[in-house]
Amino acid sequence: MRQDGPLPIVAFTDVVKRYGDGPLILDNISFAAQRGDFITLIGPSGCGKSTVLKLISGLNPVSSGQIVVDGAVPSGAVEKLSFVFQEPTLLPWRTVERNVELPLRLQGADPASRFEVARRSLALVGLSDRMGYYPRQLSGGQKMRVSIARALSVSPRILLLDEPFGALDEMTRDHLNEELLAIRQQLAWTAFFVTHSVAEAVFLSNRILVMSASPGRIHTEVRVDLPYPRTEETRQSPSYQALVGQVSKMLRSVERLRP
Amino acid sequence: MSAPRPAGRFSRVLTNVMPLGTGVAMILIWYAICLAMSPEQRFLLPAPHEVARAFIEKGPALWNAALNTGEGALLGFGSAVALSFIMALVLSLSPLVRASFYPYLMILQMTPIIVMAPILILWVGPGLKSVTIITFLICFFPMVVNTTQGLISTDRNLVDYFRMCRATKLQEVFLLRVPAALPYFFTGLRIAGTLATIGAIVGDVFAGNSAGGQGGLGFLTIIYSAQFQIGALFATAAVSCLLGFIFVAAVIALSWLALHKWHESYRQSDH
Repeated sequence: MRQDGPLPIVAFTDVVKRYGDGPLILDNISFAAQRGDFITLIGPSGCGKSTVLKLISGLNPVSSGQIVVDGAVPSGAVEKLSFVFQEPTLLPWRTVERNVELPLRLQGADPASRFEVARRSLALVGLSDRMGYYPRQLSGGQKMRVSIARALSVSPRILLLDEPFGALDEMTRDHLNEELLAIRQQLAWTAFFVTHSVAEAVFLSNRILVMSASPGRIHTEVRVDLPYPRTEETRQSPSYQALVGQVSKMLRSVERLRP
Repeated sequence: MSAPRPAGRFSRVLTNVMPLGTGVAMILIWYAICLAMSPEQRFLLPAPHEVARAFIEKGPALWNAALNTGEGALLGFGSAVALSFIMALVLSLSPLVRASFYPYLMILQMTPIIVMAPILILWVGPGLKSVTIITFLICFFPMVVNTTQGLISTDRNLVDYFRMCRATKLQEVFLLRVPAALPYFFTGLRIAGTLATIGAIVGDVFAGNSAGGQGGLGFLTIIYSAQFQIGALFATAAVSCLLGFIFVAAVIALSWLALHKWHESYRQSDH
């Protein structure tokens, strides 16, 4: 295969996924993500958005087709990946600091470097003063920040975010969106983000993949050419609001496609 | 956060004073019943001060018996905790393992101590060994059941997170499943803690050795009841209670140390 331009960091070629003899979950998914892309997957429930993330993580195999992650099969690229879920999934008996260093502990890193990294990660999400706290002492937004700091502690090349802010109120969500982009200015990872919120998708991403359901297909790709860094002013701009309207309309037409 | 309201302070004082108040009330009722009894019935219920006198008179015997019973209770309880933890780890491996072992654990639990005692006496002889094994048998089951339940009840999301991080099986067990099982472990420990003293006293009755001052509180109970020393029986009961309280208090303290910082059950309603 001839390759134009830089090698993509994640490439899906004709990926099909079904579980056992069950229905087709993903049908013929092909896309290529470049380094530094912030790609949001949006679509009706059951369109297989989260399955795409699971396939990138290498936790599940494809049924047919091919996935290349950083020049390797997904399961070979696991140290380069990090996850953030809708639930913060913190261990309640570990302090904030010890939750953040946990993935490094699991990888067998030495304690001194682990805690150094944990401190830096927590500084990035603005929780340096909460290091010794236990999760039950934190608010929902703070727990999610810790979860993000934990994901960042392994210096990932690729960040997989599965509706991380879905359970938070709108104010907190907007705030964390801005923080996430600010951190991305400092550490260049490629992000795959799953959400139900069009506004969030447009605000964060440079590319939006609108998916349709049963079976999951990529319906359209929308490029978001709003300049980074994006701030509260971005949300007020006419071009942002036009894009939100455009993607919402697409999502509605995709919903109508449902059998 | 608001300053403690006077009503809150009052209710806190009340929770400290009330148990004392009910205690005093019960002693007064006790005396009242004693006074109401006819002289020929009086020996059935000794007055509080008569129990106190028996307590002092029998002090050395009670102390020695409490030490013997305490030793059996502690050894049986300790070995039950250690072995039940290992057993629970094995049982948590798979439903198949649980299905193959649970029926036999049940049988062990169902067999009455009074039947086990003569067998134990034949095997290891009467005395501390038998008392320890009987205490172990009584404490083991609730510990295994609770700890196993804890080890297999780990939050699914957390298990998935560990798998996604490619954690090893050992890391999953010791960094995730064991700490997540601690609240269940301590529930089992509380039950076993209350049973340990009872187990050691029952063990002493059925399989104790009274020779050379080795008798425990169970042995004293047999002696005092044979001699109709009701006051001394009451004093023995009080010492048994006290010993049980020491166990339970120790377990509650351990549980607090291990859980109060992070577990929901110790959350103070202060916000």
